Formats: sequence, structure tokens, C-alpha cells
Amino acid sequence: MNDTPVVLSVEDVTIDTRPAGRKPIVRNITFDVREAETVCIVGESGSGKSVTSMAIMGLLPKDSLQVTGGRILLDGEDVLKVTPARMRELRASRVAMVFQEPMTALNPVKTVGDQIDEVLRLHTKLSAAERRKKVLHMMERVQLPDVERIYRSYPHQLSGGQRQRIVIAMALILRPRLLLADEPTTALDVTTQKQILRLIKELQEEEKTAVVFVTHDFGVVSEIADRIVVMNRGDLVETGTRDEILTHPKEDYTRMLVSSVPSLVPRCDPVPKNPKVMEVIGLAKRYGKKGFTSDSTVLAAQGISFTVRKGEITGIIGESGSGKSTVARCVMRLTEPSEGAVVLNGQDIVPMHNLRAVRKQVQYIFQDPYRSLNPRRTIGQSLMEGLVNYGVPEKEASRKAAETLEMVNLPAHVMNRYPHQFSGGQRQRIAIARAVVMEPSLLIADEAVSALDVTVQAQVLRLLEDIRTNTGVSILFITHDLRVAAQICNTIVVMQRGRIVEQGPARDVLAWPTHDYTRALIDAAPAPDWDFQNFRPVERAV
Amino acid sequence: MFGFVLKRVLSAIPVLLMVAVIVFLVLRLSPGDPAVMIAGPNATPEQLEDLRTSMGLNRPLLEQLFIWMGNIARGDFGVSLVSGKPVADLVMDRFGPTLALSITTVILAVAVAIPLGVIAAWQQGKWIDRLVMAGSVVGFSVPVFIIGYVLILIFARKLGWFPVQGYRPMSAGFGEFASRLVLPTVTLSFPYIALIARIVRTNVIEVMNEDYIRTARAKGLAERGVLMDHALGNAAVPIVTIVGVSITMLIGGVVVTESVFNIPGLGRLVLEAVLARDYTVIQTVILLFSTIYVFINLSVDLLYGLFDPRIRY
Repeated sequence: MNDTPVVLSVEDVTIDTRPAGRKPIVRNITFDVREAETVCIVGESGSGKSVTSMAIMGLLPKDSLQVTGGRILLDGEDVLKVTPARMRELRASRVAMVFQEPMTALNPVKTVGDQIDEVLRLHTKLSAAERRKKVLHMMERVQLPDVERIYRSYPHQLSGGQRQRIVIAMALILRPRLLLADEPTTALDVTTQKQILRLIKELQEEEKTAVVFVTHDFGVVSEIADRIVVMNRGDLVETGTRDEILTHPKEDYTRMLVSSVPSLVPRCDPVPKNPKVMEVIGLAKRYGKKGFTSDSTVLAAQGISFTVRKGEITGIIGESGSGKSTVARCVMRLTEPSEGAVVLNGQDIVPMHNLRAVRKQVQYIFQDPYRSLNPRRTIGQSLMEGLVNYGVPEKEASRKAAETLEMVNLPAHVMNRYPHQFSGGQRQRIAIARAVVMEPSLLIADEAVSALDVTVQAQVLRLLEDIRTNTGVSILFITHDLRVAAQICNTIVVMQRGRIVEQGPARDVLAWPTHDYTRALIDAAPAPDWDFQNFRPVERAV
Repeated sequence: MFGFVLKRVLSAIPVLLMVAVIVFLVLRLSPGDPAVMIAGPNATPEQLEDLRTSMGLNRPLLEQLFIWMGNIARGDFGVSLVSGKPVADLVMDRFGPTLALSITTVILAVAVAIPLGVIAAWQQGKWIDRLVMAGSVVGFSVPVFIIGYVLILIFARKLGWFPVQGYRPMSAGFGEFASRLVLPTVTLSFPYIALIARIVRTNVIEVMNEDYIRTARAKGLAERGVLMDHALGNAAVPIVTIVGVSITMLIGGVVVTESVFNIPGLGRLVLEAVLARDYTVIQTVILLFSTIYVFINLSVDLLYGLFDPRIRY
């Protein structure tokens, strides 16, 4: 391995805000990437991993960030010293980039064929016919179907996976020496993610491309990394081969980071036959209206039946478009169900007109802690609003809010602060406190930990479990992430295209799936056979 | 795309019909008897009765509406109450100057404002951006007639480069025609340059923060290409909107500018007709302006579809 040439060499690089010297974002980091090698930069949000990759591309925002020290050598050429014109030449032809959001990374008003073609127009002297041939060939290589049609399509006409293939085609058409991939699969479903990862690997092997893969997802890392660079708050914590980092991490931070990754091994047993808190019977939701002649309605969910018992955590898992969020909204009647019954503590709430009494029993925790709290209200106001609304005297509401904050491990005196003064993880605790303070019998957590870093995610999951144990609340836990579901759910309901394909105790569903789709989901989850918490493969764990 | 165009064009038809009905009703329902207004205060009852019969004023309202619309469909807009000439001829005589002035103004405004806005966006926060923004505040706040008189004073009176006032049709020679249009065009375009440049700047700045702009840079595209190929195309929809709004606002501005520069256009015709209470003329001009508005809006809608594939539904 060591006689293969080094493609990228990052030497002692420091990146600072402008004006310089206030607080470096990245401090003295050094690593190499060799031909055909994949180096994963892992870290939590704010670790400086994306900034590092932007610096290699020469794309740091000019007004706010600058490289203040070190060298970045690309095949021996220092990209920090080249002229802007030379840097533009290098982009796409020698170093290319794939971004996180395939939804926004493509220009919405140009056809995707034209956007790939642009790379060739800029960097080659080929004729229009030659370019077109080359683009179509590249589109075939990234395994797009019906390339002639897709060439003429606009981004909004393609799926997320197809768009990411277009971005990859754009990045690799000139056979660059180095590919920078910044969370390229984070926004995709697991099955699509698996395909894209395999595609990048195949193309890399054919072209001997060096790949820098920026990610927060250890599942992805364990699948593709040759070597791993761990970053934390701008510092390089440690580097090593994949097995070194995953099995014998030297630094405490790395140990904590790796062991926070939930494993696919289900942990929770089914709950005993407690009384039913919620029973959903034959629920269906149809969106859109039927016309006289046409039927443009979409059946987002149908034939949904499941039960949540007292103290039970029931997971609904599925990919985007599976209907899991529709179900979550219907059981609380945030969306009106089209058919079926939702029996909450013995009462069917679907025919009810006045939901005031019901609202108190079911509370919702949303995905994005940055947008679910009113920025102009203090934490105390947000927590007390619901209680006061249901007639609790202000004094008592305030006392209860303080107690609940302590329950989610926040000091009571933060009541007077505003949401922006808290981190993402703290905000999600506050959102949980806001739901729990109402003393509901059921909590609905809709992707409640999906936006959080793994270490924070682990803490929030632990918190939810503690709350369940202490208060006996039931939780309906909506997620796309099988690993998270395996950590916390007693029962799992698997949804695909609006239907339940399988349900049962988490133990059985995850260990012995009976439906093909469940099996496909488990297979597609990155590193299904790796037990991160115990730093070893799953086989030895069982 | 064809379906989109057809749908938009068809949807303009009921709007035009509604406009016609409203224009008709506004005059019929306004206070006062048209016959009295036409014949004057000294007319005898017999004269008034004759007038009512000849104008059809004593028939049911709905019948009057159908007769009026039928006449319009045949190109008969009635005769001027003041001069007795056919309104269609009066309006057509005045349409040329207004059309010429409007077109030159729109072209000048767009041609100056878009580059200014793009440059300001590109140089955001630098002196050139501040200059453009300060200039646009001035351009937008100073009334058209002041700009007009200042320009006349400098370029016509002091320097003598252009005639002070007036209008010559194209048939009198291009030099005669064009030289008289320069000052009014510049005057009239000031506020629109200011308005459009601001909108262009704001939208280009917004678009420049999008992910696909980063993608374009990652391809190795130079800033110029990023701005022209990727940013401007995506900023086009709001820019087209404001240009459309500008054109409709322009028609109002024409009235003042034509008075300042003594141009015998539609603006002047409206002014004269209002002062003389020449209802048939006012009616026809309102109808004409409304139709122009509808067509401008239709063009803007169609341009949306051209610039943004996501809007072609």
C-alpha cells in the first residue's frame, strides 16, 4: 500500500475566520490520501470536517473563512498557492466534489444533461457531438436508466438517488485524481444509499481515484473506509486504518464516538400484557380529491392496524414515502384519517368533534429541534403554555415545568432563556420536556433523534427510555433508522408504500424478518454485522 | 409546454370579457344622465329625448351591453362626444407616440438595470454596490417631472443636443423621430431602472447562496459564468415579474411625461378627455389599457414557464 503514490497531502492546515486570529475552525491537521484509497473524515457537527473539504476545493466562503497556515498538496502542487485561474482548471479535472443535498445541488432551470455537458465545455475542446456521446456514456456508467430521456430531464423530474447519480457523473466524467464526497448519502434512503456507495466504490476501483469521504455515519464508514480521520471541534483526534479505529480506538473521544453508534442488535424485550393505550384499527388516509371523471388521489396509508400498550415503545419504520409520518399525524388527528378507528384509552377519537380532552393525552415531539420551539418565547413560557391552557394555575405550572426540566437533565433556572441559547441536543430535551410536562399517556416521536449527532442521539434515546420507566408513558417512535429502532423499541411495525408489511416484537422482526422488504432494509443498513458499542463484529457478539 | 401555453391563453379570455363589462357599467352607473352631460345644461326635453333614443339609452341595460359589445367586436367604439370624430381614429392617432415611448423606455430600463443589479450583487458591500443602491434611491424618489425639466434644461437648453419638446412620427425621418424620443425615454426610465436594479440585486444575491452555485464553482466555472449562466437564470422569475409590473406602471407615468415633453400620445388624450368629460373616449382608452395589462400579465406568465421548467403545469 505504501508504495502507491500520494494524491492528496494535507499538511499542518489551519483554517481561521476572517478577520484572522479570533478562533480557528480547524487547527493544524495533517493527513494523506493515496491512489485508490478511501479516507473517511468523521466527526460530529462543528468538527470542521466539511470546512476541510471545502478548503481542498478552494471553495471556502471568501468573506468569512481563510486558510492561515499549512499546505494542501494535490499531486505535489500546493492548491493554496495557485492562481484562481489554475484552481478553476484543477476543479472537476483533477479534484471533484459530490455534495450532501442532491435536491439542491443541481440547477433547477437547466436540464441535467446540459449540466454534465458544462464540465466538458469548460475543460475540453470536444465537439458538441463528442461531448454528448461522452455524457450519455457517463450516465450509463452511473447506472441511470433510459439515458436519452434523463439527459433532457430537469432535476425536479428525477428522484433523489437519480440526482445524486447525476452529481457523481458530473464529478467523475473527467476522471479526476481526487474525489471529495461530503455526506453524499445522508439525505438518501438506506436502500438508495447502499446503491450509491457501491457505485462510488466501483468507479473508484476502475479509475484508481483517491476518495475523501466526509461523514458522521459510522455505518457508512465501516463499509467503505480504508483509513479513518477522526475530527473533533477543529482538531484531528486520531487517524488509523478502519479496523484500528473501530476495534482499538486509542483516544477517549473516538471510543465515545464509536460506542455511541447504535447497533442493529435489538435490546428490548416485549412488554407484558399491559392495558392498551392506543389501538389503531383499519386506518386509511387518502390525499387529494376525486374528480367527476378523474381520480388523482393518493392512498398514503391503508389497512393500518396496531396496538400500543402502557409503557410500550412501538417503532414505525420505513423509508421516505412509506406513509409512516401520515400514520403518526392521523392517530393524533393532525391530519384527518379517511377510514378506520383510533381508540385512545378506550375511546374512538376519529368521530370526535372536540379534541380538547384528547390533545392532552397525546403529545408530539418533532424532528427538527431548531424549528419546533418558538424563538420569541422563553423555555419556561413554552413549557407552561400547555398547562395553563388546560387550567393549571400559573404557580403550579411553573413548578411542574421546573421539575420536568430537571427530569430531562437541564437545570430549572434555564426557564428564562430563549431557544437560541441552547445546542441542538439541549433543544430536543426541551422539546421532550414540553411534551412530557403535559403528563400524556402517549408520546409520538417523529424522527425525534434523526437530526442529532450520534453521541447526542444516544443521550436522548437514553432519556426517552428513562422517562418511559419513570412515568410509564407509551411512545410511538417513528424513524427511518433501523439502528435507532433496535435500541429503544419493544415492538416494531414495518411500513412500505402505505401498508404494514410486518409487525411484531423488535427481537423477532430484526433478528428473523419474515418479509422480503424488512430483510432488504436490514441488509441495506450500513454495516449490519458490526457491533460498534463493543468494538467488534456482531458474529462474535452473539 | 403547448398545453401550458394554451391553458394560459384561454384563461385570458374571460378576464377580457369581465373587463369590458366593468368598463361599460362604470360609465352607465356613474351619477348623472349621459344625455344631459352631452347635450349641455341648456338643452330642451325634446332634444334630450332624441339623444336618448339615438344613443340607445332608453333600452334595457343588458341590451345596451350587448349592442355595445357587438359594436366593439366590429371595431366601432363610438364617436367622441366633444369633437364628433370616431373614437377609434382618435385613439389610433395617439397610439403611435405612446407605443414608441413605452417600448424605448422598457428597453432602456431593462438594458441598464439588469447589468447594474448583477454588478451590485457581485460586488455586494463594495463601493460600486453602494453607489448603485444610493443611485436607485434617488432615481426612485425624485418625481418624473423634475427629472424631465432638469434634463431639458441641461441637454436641450444649455447644450442644445436634443429638441426641447414635441414628437415626429417615423415617417418624418428616423433622426427627427429618434432625437425627440431620447429625453422623454431617459426621464421615464429613471424610476424603473432604480426599481428593477434593486430587485435584480436582491434576487441574484439570494440565488448566489444556493447549493447549485457551489456546484457550478466546483466544476471550475469562473465567477462571470456562475453569475450569467446559473444565477441570472434562477433569478429570472422575480425579475420578469417586476419588469411586467413596471410596464403596467409605465402607462400611468406616460401621462405625466407626455405633458412635460408635449407629446401627442394616449396620455395626453386621456388628460384632454377627462378635462372635457369625453366619456366615449375615456371608455375606449380604459378598455385599451386594460387589454394591454391583461396581455402583459399573460406574457409574464408565459415567460415564467420559459425560464422555470417547474412552472410548466
